[in-house]
Amino acid sequence: MVALPTLPRRYHGASVWALYALGLIPAASGFYLGATGQLPGNAIKEFEHLLGIWALRFLIATLCITPIRDLFGINWIRYRRALGLLAFWYVVMHFSTYMILDKYLDFRTIIADIAKRPFITIGMAGFVMLIPLALTSNNWSIRKLGPRWNKLHKLVYVIAAAGALHFAMSVKVVGPEQMIYIALVTALLVWRLFRTRFNQWRRGPAGRPHLGRA
Amino acid sequence: MVAYHPPKIPPHEITPEHLFLNRRGFLAAAAGSMLLTPPAAALAAGLTASPSQFKVDEPLTPEKDVTNYNNFYEFGMGKGDPAAIGGDFKPQPWSIKVGGMVGKPKEFGLEDLLAMPLEERTYRMRCVEAWSMVIPWIGFPLASLLDKVEPLGSAKYVAFETVVRPEQMPGQSGYFQPLPWPYVEGLRLDEARHPLTILAVGLYGKTLPNQNGAPVRLVVPWKYGFKGIKSIVKITLTDKQPPTTWNLSAPNEYGFYANVNPAVDHPRWSQATENRIGEGGFFGGSRRDTLPFNGYGEEVASLYAGMDLAANF
Repeated sequence: MVALPTLPRRYHGASVWALYALGLIPAASGFYLGATGQLPGNAIKEFEHLLGIWALRFLIATLCITPIRDLFGINWIRYRRALGLLAFWYVVMHFSTYMILDKYLDFRTIIADIAKRPFITIGMAGFVMLIPLALTSNNWSIRKLGPRWNKLHKLVYVIAAAGALHFAMSVKVVGPEQMIYIALVTALLVWRLFRTRFNQWRRGPAGRPHLGRA
Repeated sequence: MVAYHPPKIPPHEITPEHLFLNRRGFLAAAAGSMLLTPPAAALAAGLTASPSQFKVDEPLTPEKDVTNYNNFYEFGMGKGDPAAIGGDFKPQPWSIKVGGMVGKPKEFGLEDLLAMPLEERTYRMRCVEAWSMVIPWIGFPLASLLDKVEPLGSAKYVAFETVVRPEQMPGQSGYFQPLPWPYVEGLRLDEARHPLTILAVGLYGKTLPNQNGAPVRLVVPWKYGFKGIKSIVKITLTDKQPPTTWNLSAPNEYGFYANVNPAVDHPRWSQATENRIGEGGFFGGSRRDTLPFNGYGEEVASLYAGMDLAANF
């Protein structure tokens, strides 16, 4: 296997900040295009959907960190918090766009939507579950919560499933795009069921070939 | 009664001059279309139509939005797909077979359709997805076409069918196809004969762009946009309620009637309000109340007297 060049440690901090900056580009460019009338047609919906899709992409990216380490021995855990927080902020922007630009803060309609329409209920539930995860995405919370932090952050599995489901249920016809997201989330969740056994097998008796860089 | 409003923007003011002047080229091309494939420029040629009494006192949706934000799954599921991929579609030569329960079945060539007395009609268009536009169509009443084939007394419904051309319509080929083809739609005969119901052959002073349903489509302004079947090749009069594509796909979400009705929600979203697509992105459009029958209640509500519109959505 070809090993990726290792990023020198002194750049680790900067690379995380670069990820935050890069991660916010789709939202910023979408907002600029929408505000200046360059998104064709229903600009508000286009922007709302762009934010939702990117939230789901960042959620999926956070779930990829562990399998990448298991399978390829590449440790990108330093980026996981940034990816998770980017997902959270995209969901916040997605929901704000729906509330403010789309529904003009018509709270009666918004509450009725959340209560009556399963795909919005599911999406909203995912958002609510993300809040405690975002609030505890800092070193102090990890120290304070100890092992409970790990338990709490397992909620991300439910959130990712809710996100993919919310997307698939929102469209008129479930097409290849939705199927790909559902398949990715499913594969990443299923990996969690097998990774302990896989890692045991990989570390197993001497003579077993070593995958990746230990 | 429909109030008379003088047309605000006649087609010749909207059509760029080079396209307008190209009209002769288009007419010549249309005449020769049975023999020759016309040059590409002729496909977006100017089209002249007389002003009609059907006007809306609301700003027109910019042409770029009307022609770049489309639901036309034959070209793909994205709103931008029809404009991006529709270029390979050949709307000429073309003909519509009109038959079924009629005295005189007939095949109408595109040249016959363009020779009908064309009117410019500005209608509101309300998509079932809760957005809307105001579009200056060019077309003629469907009733005038139906008159030519002399529907039998037993005919109660009109069924429509879109062309199937997988080689020119990428949404109709490949592993994943969102809907069964051909796209089919239907109207009750009295709806089809209503003076508001037109077959459109153009918009904004030009022939229909491919993404808007070239060369001929249905426009029924008091119904959700998906009733406006595009690129029609077949019209059949029948005594049974015809199947309709979206109703087959999700019967709980899309009914046969599909009249615009703010009181009956789509199961996944409210139909009480709509986002009027306008110039200037986020802040140019507006959310407004959706009107019963899309504001055409005075003209069409009587068609549904005594019907439960929540059950017959």
